[in-house]
Amino acid sequence: MTESTWQLLLDSLWPLIHGAITGTIPLALASFAIGLVLALGLALMRLSRRRWLSSIAQVYISIVRGTPLLVQLFVIFYGLPSLGVVIDPWPSAIIAFSINVGGYAAEVIRAAILSVPKGQWEAAYMIGMSHRRALTRIILPQAARVSVPPLSNTFISLVKDTSLASLILVTELFREAQQVAAFSQQFMALYLEAALLYWLICLVLSSGQGVLEKRLDRYVAH
Amino acid sequence: MSPTDRNPDQSAPALLTVRGLQKSFGDNQVLKSIDLTVARGKVLALIGPSGSGKTTVLRCLNGLEIADGGTIEIIGADDATHAPVTIDFAAAHGSRSGVPKKTLGTLRDRSAMVFQHYNLFPHKTVLENVMEGPVVVQRRPRAEVEAEALALLERVGLGEKRDSYPFELSGGQQQRVGIVRALALRPTLLLFDEPTSALDPELVGDVLRLIKELAAEGWTMVIVTHELEFAREVASEVAFVDGGTIVEHGDPKEMLRNPQHERTRQFLHRLLFPF
Repeated sequence: MTESTWQLLLDSLWPLIHGAITGTIPLALASFAIGLVLALGLALMRLSRRRWLSSIAQVYISIVRGTPLLVQLFVIFYGLPSLGVVIDPWPSAIIAFSINVGGYAAEVIRAAILSVPKGQWEAAYMIGMSHRRALTRIILPQAARVSVPPLSNTFISLVKDTSLASLILVTELFREAQQVAAFSQQFMALYLEAALLYWLICLVLSSGQGVLEKRLDRYVAH
Repeated sequence: MSPTDRNPDQSAPALLTVRGLQKSFGDNQVLKSIDLTVARGKVLALIGPSGSGKTTVLRCLNGLEIADGGTIEIIGADDATHAPVTIDFAAAHGSRSGVPKKTLGTLRDRSAMVFQHYNLFPHKTVLENVMEGPVVVQRRPRAEVEAEALALLERVGLGEKRDSYPFELSGGQQQRVGIVRALALRPTLLLFDEPTSALDPELVGDVLRLIKELAAEGWTMVIVTHELEFAREVASEVAFVDGGTIVEHGDPKEMLRNPQHERTRQFLHRLLFPF
């Protein structure tokens, strides 16, 4: 690598980090937060004794998991305008990613709720709790511990998937890299630099997962 | 016929009256028709082979199972303020939604269960386990509940474990917390579902001793147990359940020594001479 390539990498570092701070990270955080709320609702619908509620959730999850995220993104950003619904790049990206996370995380949360022993529900009912209270005070806190590792996976995938938003004109890490690369014609260097930054973000997230697991582990035998 | 028919103390009013209780799981009729009454301050022990339905009876009394037919009547702690509540299951058709929420709530209010596998909340400390029901559900003042909870824990020798999590306790300690959790709800009726059968043999004694003390204090209890010696000592009445019916019931000393029914005799024989 020539000295000018090093200089380019150094010069482009700030725009890329800026793209991560103003694009990738807020996009991932917002979509994950909305997606989790959606996922909890869908998981409870899936577990509902009412068949129609469960069916709706099942169809939703099936569609989300059965179609590419890129296609979902394009339907919302490029497809909906033909129906007269025009949504800006940012909200389009957040909508698509939230819907996607909702589908995947719903199955994680459902499995986590089912993993809590039936005796916990019974003890909660025994002390007089309603279904809702048993869920929020007894079952979900225990399900949370179980779902941290798989939900961390979902979040890490999401961080990387936000690069797809570059294709609907959202300025984030990868789009910055693309722009510098196109201008300088140094594709290999720039895309490797982008890859390195994604990796660093995910390393931080993984260590965050470790901390969270440890915190939630305080009531489990080691 | 009810287990208290031959109870010498007829003056005590029935705290619990069960009539014609039926329950099926699919095609399997677990309870054919169960009748029993328990007078205030009395202890009824349910014995019988596994699958006989005795645990299902207990679970119906706490609303964990909704019976298909029959009635459960339970009176409150104080006759003046707690009118008897009756649940008629024939109207409910075995569905939770068929029983008025309030009625089911009252049933749960008045009875408290101690589980075979303790079922303590693993994410809560010992003290939190005990206080959860009184504070969160019954909305009693936290300070008052805490003082009462600590006194109860102290009493069962677990005062120092107040801030421990269940996984840090032995099975016997966990079960004593389970009993304290039930007591803290201030129920009128205590239900025990094989409270010692998950315990290591050397830990059984502490738990049985505690239950015996509670019986002596006048708590009304229904106990599902395999501990015949314990039933003989603690129970005012023993009922032998088999095939979803109460085959025979009576004074524990009398019945366990001299069972009238062939099935009871066989069951007792198997328990006394397992091999």
